Amino acid sequence: MRRITFYMLCFTYLVLVLPLAAKAETAEEAMKNSQGAFLYAGDDMKARVVMKLVAKDGKERMREMTMLRKDFEEGGDQKYFIYFYLPADVRNMSFMVWKYPKKDDDRWIFIPALNMVRKIAASDRRSSFVGSDFTYEDISGRDIEDDNHSIAKEEKVGDRDCLVIKSVPKDEKGTDYSYKLSWVDKERWLPLKEEYYSKKGDLQKVFTADEVKEVSGIFTITKRTMKNMENGHRTEVSFEKTEYNIKIEDGLFTERSLKNPPKRWVE
Amino acid sequence: MKKWPVVSGQWSERQGLLFPFIFTIFFLLTAHVSRFTTTAYALDIHGFIQGNYAARVTGDDPVGQNGSDYLLSEERLQLELTERSKDGSASFFIKSDFFRDGVAGTDDMEVREGYINYTKDLLDLRVGRQIITWGTGDLMFINDVLPKDYGAFFSGRPMEYLKAPVDGAKVEITTDAISAEIVAILTFEANRLPDPTRFYLYNPFSSAASITTMTKKPGGRIGDTELAMRLFRYIGSTDVSFYAYKGFYRMPGMRVDSMTSPTTLTYFYPELTVYGGSITGNLFGGVANIEGGYYDSVKDRAGDDLTIENSKWKFLVGYKKEIGSELTAGIQYYTEIMDDYGNYESTLPSGFPKEERVRNYATLRLTKMLMYQTLRLSFFGIYSPSDEDYLLNPEAMYKLSDELSFTLGGNIFGGKKEFAMFGQLEKNDNVYANLRYQF
Repeated sequence: MRRITFYMLCFTYLVLVLPLAAKAETAEEAMKNSQGAFLYAGDDMKARVVMKLVAKDGKERMREMTMLRKDFEEGGDQKYFIYFYLPADVRNMSFMVWKYPKKDDDRWIFIPALNMVRKIAASDRRSSFVGSDFTYEDISGRDIEDDNHSIAKEEKVGDRDCLVIKSVPKDEKGTDYSYKLSWVDKERWLPLKEEYYSKKGDLQKVFTADEVKEVSGIFTITKRTMKNMENGHRTEVSFEKTEYNIKIEDGLFTERSLKNPPKRWVE
Repeated sequence: MKKWPVVSGQWSERQGLLFPFIFTIFFLLTAHVSRFTTTAYALDIHGFIQGNYAARVTGDDPVGQNGSDYLLSEERLQLELTERSKDGSASFFIKSDFFRDGVAGTDDMEVREGYINYTKDLLDLRVGRQIITWGTGDLMFINDVLPKDYGAFFSGRPMEYLKAPVDGAKVEITTDAISAEIVAILTFEANRLPDPTRFYLYNPFSSAASITTMTKKPGGRIGDTELAMRLFRYIGSTDVSFYAYKGFYRMPGMRVDSMTSPTTLTYFYPELTVYGGSITGNLFGGVANIEGGYYDSVKDRAGDDLTIENSKWKFLVGYKKEIGSELTAGIQYYTEIMDDYGNYESTLPSGFPKEERVRNYATLRLTKMLMYQTLRLSFFGIYSPSDEDYLLNPEAMYKLSDELSFTLGGNIFGGKKEFAMFGQLEKNDNVYANLRYQF
């Protein structure tokens, strides 16, 4: 009898638990692939980013910037340099982020009117990026290991086959949502849709990839929207003139460039 | 910064500005057109128009002054023009303000910045009128020995006007091991203090019936050129800087012909040398800064000349952190210690306000962003345990659109000592408003 129980347990483990574990690994792998395709494409990247912030009543505000990114480790440390053109009150401001998946980012801002570089306190990655519906984390990614990932189902978005991955933050205190569903393209690994659910279980924010184009052989989301379902506010972003592998030098990510952005990178 | 001496002629009354104004507008417009007619240049024109008003709300009139409740009533147009050479190595920038000062009843202009920039390899050279900001403090300055406009700050003008420009040259040299900024300032610029015709200020010679004031500024000689240097290096993301300055105090010393019955009061700017250092880096999920400096009062090393400030050690520690959603808090503690205090005490005539050997300031700043960062609520408070005085500055800024913003704030001063920095401003509590259209 005991022997039968033992075999039954082994059977249960093999049939039920192992595939689940394997599937969980797949979900994590899929999220890693997705971040690789979405946030680490190429060794470096330059784009003119135009953001349209639209309130529920249709009132629009604009943000326009050049965003430069360099990867120092695939899936790991990255540096960002952002130079603003619009709106007028942040024109000529530059902003630099040294991003580390395992610890707080380093962020600096240059304020031209005071000719002053300031390091800014940046513990909250869920705060809004330039007043938009995107958070810092939405722009530069969230550490894969901060969430438990599982494959919820498979579903098409448009004509693309997607894995739907549920990501539940391990530390609920650090986020303003309870879980996220991501529709990840099974072939190109780009996230085509994301849904954030509030702690009450309501749909809170929806991300959609509105246009995907091949840029220098790399599939790129060139238009995207983040919509807040609670208040109707949305942010539409287009990445224009995207370029990859342009050999951005390490020297761009320094105080000197913040104060005096090299023309070849920001115009 | 212990007293606000009465400096006359702070607000120059330049009249007949119509021609330069029209000329500038014409020049800018012509230049603007060229943007569309030539591809050789990348010309950019921007600026703002604002109305900025501040009213004293204590109901007091400064005795014998202009009798106005308004500390500030102005309309201002700022135009800035940038042009870069095709390869980006050279550029020029000019930022000019044209304004109507309703309190003084004058029209005026000021070139805020106007410089040529040249970049080559490791060098960045900037020559002309420019604004330079150093150091790590939030409104507390040790190694930032560059001129400030306290009058602007206390009457609710936007923060950028706290910094006054300097005329000179700056060279920045960048290497992997260490970088340097070296500044030579050709013409001396004093701190701009609150205008005594608008603010209640402490005047130690108020009892003197008629007193002639004179101001002697350094300048005119090559030897008067101020030199400032910052050597810095980032260790990881931690900024380590060293500073040195050779020049003059920007707050004047006062000399009278007679202590008992003065007839002539002369303001002058004694020589000063400053050495210091600072570190800014991450700490417990926030940003910490520490800064120190020694103010070597070259002309009063013994500390026995009452008209010149004694040498001082100055220290500052600060910490800021995001403590809630889009809510940042910053705290600072500043202390300065006077050298040769005994000599200072023994030369001070009886009845004169006496400065403490150790002076301290504690500050708090809270900033909260709301409504997709269109509304910013902020509070800045500074309190001195040694001088027992304070300044409170609450402010709300709302962006009606990307171009248009409205700011409403207040400055509340108080203190027990009528000669202390904020204590003497007690009757100048004010409310200010600013409506700005930026383009």
